Amino acid sequence: MELLKFEDVSVGYESKPVAEHLSFTISEGDYLCIVGENGAGKSTLMKTLLSLKAPLSGKIRFENGLMRNEIGYLPQQTDIQRDFPATVWEVVSSGCLNRSGLRPFYTREQKETAAHWMQVLEIEALKKRSYRALSGGQQQRVLLARALCATRKMIVLDEPVAGLDPIVTADMYNLIKKINGDGITVVMVSHDLSAALSYASHILQIQHGSCFFGTIEQYRASEIGKFFLEKAGEGDA
Amino acid sequence: MLETLLSNMRLDLSVDFFEALKKYLPMSFTINALTVAPLVALCAALLGVTLVLKRYSMIGDGLSHVTFGTMTVATTLSLSPMYVSLPVTTLVAVWLLRGGKQKLKGDSAIAILSVSFLSLGYVVMNIFPPKGGNVSGDVCSILFGSTSIITLSHSDVILCIILAAIVLLFYLLFYKKIFAVTFDEDFARATGTRASAYNLLLAVITAVVIVLAVRLVGALLITALIVFPAQCGMRLFKSFRAVILSAAAISVCCAVAGILIAIVYSTPVGCTIVATELTAFLICVLIDFLKGGRKK
Repeated sequence: MELLKFEDVSVGYESKPVAEHLSFTISEGDYLCIVGENGAGKSTLMKTLLSLKAPLSGKIRFENGLMRNEIGYLPQQTDIQRDFPATVWEVVSSGCLNRSGLRPFYTREQKETAAHWMQVLEIEALKKRSYRALSGGQQQRVLLARALCATRKMIVLDEPVAGLDPIVTADMYNLIKKINGDGITVVMVSHDLSAALSYASHILQIQHGSCFFGTIEQYRASEIGKFFLEKAGEGDA
Repeated sequence: MLETLLSNMRLDLSVDFFEALKKYLPMSFTINALTVAPLVALCAALLGVTLVLKRYSMIGDGLSHVTFGTMTVATTLSLSPMYVSLPVTTLVAVWLLRGGKQKLKGDSAIAILSVSFLSLGYVVMNIFPPKGGNVSGDVCSILFGSTSIITLSHSDVILCIILAAIVLLFYLLFYKKIFAVTFDEDFARATGTRASAYNLLLAVITAVVIVLAVRLVGALLITALIVFPAQCGMRLFKSFRAVILSAAAISVCCAVAGILIAIVYSTPVGCTIVATELTAFLICVLIDFLKGGRKK
């Protein structure tokens, strides 16, 4: 089932395009990795996908009842959050806000959603802890739980393992794979090509001049894929 | 040397605090001051938590100097200060808090506005001195609030109650949204919360509170009212809700204590409130230190 369709979309800032003529489709259950070098337009594309920016041209279609505000989002951590007084529960439950309308409190259903995702991500024990005192990996789990509270269909992850050590990184990737297995469509912006190849189902590579979109198998067989795999030292592995 | 110093001292410590209170409390100026100051302190503390967390601690300073500048211009042109100050300050607040990427950011923008309007106000005051007044006395009273909080009119008190009610209502209704937008604006925006609307509302309310507070407690005090309670709360508690509630409570207590001390010992009201806030802050730092710092 198709969820999101990009038709000849160009993204950029103030009519200066960063990435042009992108066409691809995201279907239910996909695990799409958006890779590319710094400045290639990964973040800009992601912001456009999240409706934080308008595309410069082209069309983005939301299919099969996917709503704009139904995409969960795991942003990179900001400076403000470093000393922000908030408990884990306050952060996770704030993900439910997009379904609250103007109601000033959370319903029982929303609280159950938040509790459910905290259980899945194994952070229930941290519920009353202070967010700013957690380790980087724990903070990422909290933000991931919040993102999942905001969606039933799709999450967008912006460099979810930035700054994490190798063990925590592997945990995080496994967790994301598990969520994907539960039926949540995953879109991940990353510059870690080898992780993308071992976990994702689809790859979108943005490059000045040439772009690639397809499954992992298609990517391995393509010219651009072979070139970058060699560069990344993956060879024909 | 010490003798001359003491004999010149205006502070009379021999006053019996509670006896004096008994005398002053029933007077209407005390009642007015004790209504207005805690309410302004409450509003400032609530807004303060969000502003401090958004790294806009100095916005009170900036906006109050904008108010000072526009007030002097308005007085010189014989316009009502309210009708000039309020719109200009609101516009500046909206511009400062509009968020997003911009060339002139947070602290520099506030600094530039602050000194510009302060200078503008002072220059205008010197070129067109107020009739029968002395310039430095007037400047001092605008900056430090001097005795204005003791000479509040009935309409000031009512205005203040209405304003406090609006700020309280805003916080009660939108508490979760304010949390989400302050904690992570991008996430809130991406998942369908209208972050810019809340930022706009926050900017307008901040401007209104500051314009009123300048008349009540003076331009320099406002920063204290915004920053101290939030910092106290952040030392003591780890949840957003507890920080907001404790900031409000601490702010109100300090304002009441400051007013009472100022009335009994005839010290400048605004500065006395700052002194009580500073004391509360130091106590909170000490408690935090004894509990073993931030990591909990």
